[in-house]
Amino acid sequence: MKRMGNTEDRGMTLIIKTVTRITLGFILLYGIYIAVSGHVEPGGGFAGGVIVALSLVHVMLAFGKEAALNRLHASGLRVILGLSTLVFLTIVVLGFRCRGLVSEIIIPICQAVITASALFAIFVALVLLSKKDRDAEEGK
Amino acid sequence: MEISFIAIPLASAFVVAMIANLDERIQDCIACLAALATLTLSLFAITVLSGAGSSGAIVYKVGGWVPPFGVSIVIDGLAAFMLVTVNLIALAALFYSTGYMKKYTDKWKFYALFLLLLAGINGVLVSGDVFNLYIFMEIAAIAAYALVAFGTTAEELEASFKYAVMGTVASCFIFLGIAFLYGYSSTLNMADMASVLASKGPSGALLLASVLFLMGFGLKAALAPFHAWLAYAHSSAPAPVSAMLSGVVIKVLGMYAIARIFFNVFGITPVISFMILTLAVLSMIVGSMLAFVQSDIKRMLAYSTVSQIGYVALGLGVGTPLAIFGALFHLFNHSLFKSLLFLNSGSIERVAGTRDMGKIAGILDKAPLTAYTGLVGALSICGVPPLGGFWSKFIIILACIQAGRPILALTAVVVSILTLAYYFKSYTPVLFGNVTTSKQIKAKSLFTMNAPMVALTVLVALAAFILIPVVGNVFMDGAVASLVRGISYTDVVFEALK
Amino acid sequence: MISYMLCLVLFSVGLYCILRKRNVIKIIIGIGIMEYAANLFFVLLGYRTHGRSPIYAIDQEIKSMVDPLTQSVVLTGIVLGLSVTLLLVAIAIRIYERYGTFDITKITKLKG
Repeated sequence: MKRMGNTEDRGMTLIIKTVTRITLGFILLYGIYIAVSGHVEPGGGFAGGVIVALSLVHVMLAFGKEAALNRLHASGLRVILGLSTLVFLTIVVLGFRCRGLVSEIIIPICQAVITASALFAIFVALVLLSKKDRDAEEGK
Repeated sequence: MEISFIAIPLASAFVVAMIANLDERIQDCIACLAALATLTLSLFAITVLSGAGSSGAIVYKVGGWVPPFGVSIVIDGLAAFMLVTVNLIALAALFYSTGYMKKYTDKWKFYALFLLLLAGINGVLVSGDVFNLYIFMEIAAIAAYALVAFGTTAEELEASFKYAVMGTVASCFIFLGIAFLYGYSSTLNMADMASVLASKGPSGALLLASVLFLMGFGLKAALAPFHAWLAYAHSSAPAPVSAMLSGVVIKVLGMYAIARIFFNVFGITPVISFMILTLAVLSMIVGSMLAFVQSDIKRMLAYSTVSQIGYVALGLGVGTPLAIFGALFHLFNHSLFKSLLFLNSGSIERVAGTRDMGKIAGILDKAPLTAYTGLVGALSICGVPPLGGFWSKFIIILACIQAGRPILALTAVVVSILTLAYYFKSYTPVLFGNVTTSKQIKAKSLFTMNAPMVALTVLVALAAFILIPVVGNVFMDGAVASLVRGISYTDVVFEALK
Repeated sequence: MISYMLCLVLFSVGLYCILRKRNVIKIIIGIGIMEYAANLFFVLLGYRTHGRSPIYAIDQEIKSMVDPLTQSVVLTGIVLGLSVTLLLVAIAIRIYERYGTFDITKITKLKG
């Protein structure tokens, strides 16, 4: 990949940006499809969540860090992660006490949201870390 | 109730992460309340179990599946005893960190990780399934790696990296051991596995799995040839984390897992107990030798942990009921006084501004409370008579003689004298040294830091009361019975299911 | 049998990588190799010759199924391995920030 000086944060070339804009919705939709169709076919919450997270990573790579973080802020990410985990945990604890609680749709979606937000949060953290590191090196 | 040991800390971890922008005091409250809730529940569990007699167990079938097919949650005497210990130390450490962690940014991250660690440890204790145990162990271990690196100074990162690499290698060995065990017995449930292994008899695969488990859990427990990571990790971490790691994490991830798997699943054999005894004697001697030459107060405490965990392993290796009682009693005592000493070292560091014992002197004059609590902890770990540490070591030595192993008893006595020597050598100048040679006082001690230390000191002073039958029956008998009964653990679990 | 042996060879390669390599990133790769070897071994234990996927269907006659338990175990193991690797990578980045090197023999501020 060619690094273009200070335009790096603004993302890659026009072609990549356009293609990303077109495919983004499809990737998200495919991720959700995988997440909810894990019962008989291959798939499930984790795999779907990975694809959803990859779509966000895709945006970040194409448009730069700011564009992606504007769509989904780090603290918002934390709230989503916490909320979905709590919903997941509540269902599990309820399932311990009340038999026959139907949660075939909620559990994979929660799992997908957890996976996606967690992976994206980790990616953001690693990008920010390495960014800081690079800045420090250039400053020397 | 069974699931709340895992669910309460886990839920509070994510709640703390969600309200990261709110006032710090709300986060403090949530974290402490979570630990208080699990402590109350564990005390409730231990009274329920002691009411049900020594062969009682609380078993829950997850999803209504009976054990060979489903995951089960088992709280027997040993698990309840360990749950009380763990949650007590966790509460003390969390209360301490409300004041201590003020010098770090992002306190919510600390609480989230700490509660995740607590959830993992509680999960290890309540799971009745080998693979579940492994999962919760990994959760606890990952939280511990992150907590060691919490301050992100160079030393902490280095310690965390070394700890993480060693811990992951140990986890891989344990995972491989579980794979061999599953291949041999076609089940992962511990109660079911015990009955399958008993009917199939000994084999090479079982021996291989035993060695893999002993390596993996021995590394997590910091037994002697595998102890190298402990001094790095426990001395670099923030004080409440060191207290938690040294006080309970190595015992739960290491000694509890060894006891549970070798006593209740495999059934203890002379070969296994010989291996455990070898590791025990080695770590007792190596730990106390290395503790002698340390100048950093937390490193000295860390090596002392290696030596003291050897006593626990010695008691388990001898394997008579009295020795097991001594081992578990020493485990409880060591949790109390070692976490007290690590919390104490945090206070000393705060007062004196350094951890180098050559530069600290006369803590008694500057912070008398810190000095006296540290003194009680040090006296107990040295084995000075009225305190708990003396009785547990005495019982272990007595059990060694009773079992016809005078050499082991002699080793225990010698190491005990060594412990007294290095604590005397290092703690006397720190506490009572000449004030004029020391630096200025850096900071006043806080109430939130003093209160848990005082509480732990009172518990250390009162620990010997466990020997009184009324208290001991409730607290220790179930734990000892669940190890002594060996592989009839499976009968207890299946009995409780009916 | 030979595939089980190859798993153990892979495991040893990972262990060798951890013990002998000096670069922090290579050590992390070694941990990855070890974890994959352990996972591969576990999932191979559940393999049955000519077995099909363990999904029950009314209109099909099922003669031999692979063991679903090992698959779910390995799935969990992979997620655990992923989280350990991510944590290690994050620590490695910070270590590079502090020490300016990836060489483990030069990362020695702690002694004794």
